[in-house]
Amino acid sequence: MAKVTQLIHNYLRHSKRFPHVFCPGCGHGIVLGSLIRSIDSMGLAKDDVVLVAGIGCSGRIPVYVDFNTIHTTHGRALTFATGIKLANPRLKVIVVMGDGDALSIGGNHLIHAARRNIGVTALVLNNHIYGMTGGQSSCTTPTGSFSTTTPFGQLEDEFDISRVAKVCGASFVARTTVMQASAMDSLISEAVMHPGFGLVEILSPCHTQYGRKNRFKTCVDMYKWLQKSSPPLEKYRELTPEKQEKAIATGIFEKKDCEGLEEKYARMRRNLRGER
Amino acid sequence: MAARSRRNKTTEIFALGNEAVVEGALIAGGTFYAGYPITPSTEIAEEMSSRLPHLRGGVFIQMEDEIAGLGAVIGASLAGRKAMTATSGPGFSLMQEHIGYACITEVPLVLVNVMRAGPSTGMPTNPAQADVQQARWGTHGDHPIIVLSASDVQECLRLTVTAFNYAEKYRTPVILLLDEVTAHTREKISLPDPEDINIYSRLTPSMPPEWYMPYEDNMRGVAAMPPLGAGYRYHVTGLIHDDHGYPTSKPREVEHIMHRLFRKIDQFFYDIQIVDETQCEDAETCIIAYGCVARSAELAVQQARERGVRAGLLKLKTLFPFPRPAVEKMLRQCSSVVVPEMNMGQMSREIKRVNNGQSKILTLNRVDGQIITPGQILSKILKG
Repeated sequence: MAKVTQLIHNYLRHSKRFPHVFCPGCGHGIVLGSLIRSIDSMGLAKDDVVLVAGIGCSGRIPVYVDFNTIHTTHGRALTFATGIKLANPRLKVIVVMGDGDALSIGGNHLIHAARRNIGVTALVLNNHIYGMTGGQSSCTTPTGSFSTTTPFGQLEDEFDISRVAKVCGASFVARTTVMQASAMDSLISEAVMHPGFGLVEILSPCHTQYGRKNRFKTCVDMYKWLQKSSPPLEKYRELTPEKQEKAIATGIFEKKDCEGLEEKYARMRRNLRGER
Repeated sequence: MAARSRRNKTTEIFALGNEAVVEGALIAGGTFYAGYPITPSTEIAEEMSSRLPHLRGGVFIQMEDEIAGLGAVIGASLAGRKAMTATSGPGFSLMQEHIGYACITEVPLVLVNVMRAGPSTGMPTNPAQADVQQARWGTHGDHPIIVLSASDVQECLRLTVTAFNYAEKYRTPVILLLDEVTAHTREKISLPDPEDINIYSRLTPSMPPEWYMPYEDNMRGVAAMPPLGAGYRYHVTGLIHDDHGYPTSKPREVEHIMHRLFRKIDQFFYDIQIVDETQCEDAETCIIAYGCVARSAELAVQQARERGVRAGLLKLKTLFPFPRPAVEKMLRQCSSVVVPEMNMGQMSREIKRVNNGQSKILTLNRVDGQIITPGQILSKILKG
């Protein structure tokens, strides 16, 4: 434990005024820990990593870590990331977004980043709610559940983030939860090393805003529920259709061999310029 | 001396205003374009898409909308590129949030807005000059900005170079306003010898990374800016931040950055103010104009002089920061000032603001999607 903590400290910005903004019981810190462990295990230099984030709780993650960090506008993190990757393909560009950030206001950018297969990694931290603004419903708030803007229950159907990414052409798609930290480490590494657009959806509970309004007495209840209801893909497939309805499959949903847009563009440029 | 012997190495070409913008951008060292097609700016994107891949590291990308276009441009600029986008009215409206982001994070970029008649979808193929105040104040919050305006094809080229230079020098977005007429006029221009043109690139840090402060205040009010991945790891955020780039809401630190943002433009005002004076020395009536209207005004000045009226033209190439000293000089000197513009009076309100009763200000506004003719300006001069 001490060793892991020490490793994480190597990547934190100690000049930044801690404590961080996350509530007790928030999953986002676990994701940040996992991201640091993955980057360390891949042996990437801090200078080569660009961490881009949008707005919301997840958007506050980059400020704490010693990479090139960019806190952008709401929903548009992927557009900045696209510009950075095309301008300097050597950089590993990792984008951290929330569910509202990535799929509500930023939905257009997500589907096009997936379609054009730009070589960036999107980590979508799904907490089913707008946490920072005080618990309003998002496009992933499950049907029937409560938020400050759905006081009588959510009527709309929710987005399945991984499915959206897959049908839009993302060449690497996976889902995990903060209850499976070591699986998350390796999924993030795999996504970052993947040459095209990679998306990892991470279920990260928000007890403060979502749990309390939806009959989870404590955040421990919420984490237990999350662990119980997120079987690996192989187990999920064996479930009856009724049980599948309530479960959230985790694992890798898509993995295609491909070339990132920036590589294709560089090749086109070499051909036009007669370079080899 | 080498420069002088090369002085005649200019090439003459026929070009649209939009194409001249591309020539200017490439001369200035632009290597990145991201945008979304919109009439009447599309030739800029089309030309960039075929030219940029021929350059070392050149990148053109057509994004999913204008918001994404400007987002990608900011990303590329952070990565060290000279980057630009182009758009028109509706797209310009969509870009406003990112203009504010680029202002507060001090990211150099050039945004060309080819003005068409509005509001909303308006008349996509008709000219207007109605985005002037939007260019100044479109994004929310207090912010300084540089806005330039070109009135002919040669100026499209030169002012695009200037726009890149200002952006890089002062770490700020620069907006270049064209109108549909200027953008779609095809005329002869000369491509200058690059050796004859001053090109400015942003200052990059030379100190050890641990000493680097991304938003350090200094004499210029502009900190050095490293490209991403060069060893200077820092935080970029649209939140109000301190000199280290970290979010802050401490009143003292907030006031400090806001004042520095304004100061860095204000103190270089005389470098940024570009105006052309035509027959102004003895003028009693002065026309203050910009964009395609300034060309009509040039002819109107001639015609007025032929009729014995001592008219002059003050052409504004810098719209913001508002070239107050140049305007005030004419207000003091002339008994009347004519301000023709293709909007309901967006620049004339600035001129009235500084007039203080010194001169009689005559506005001439046209909002029917047609250009203001020399005849219209002349009759305004003659009839008052």
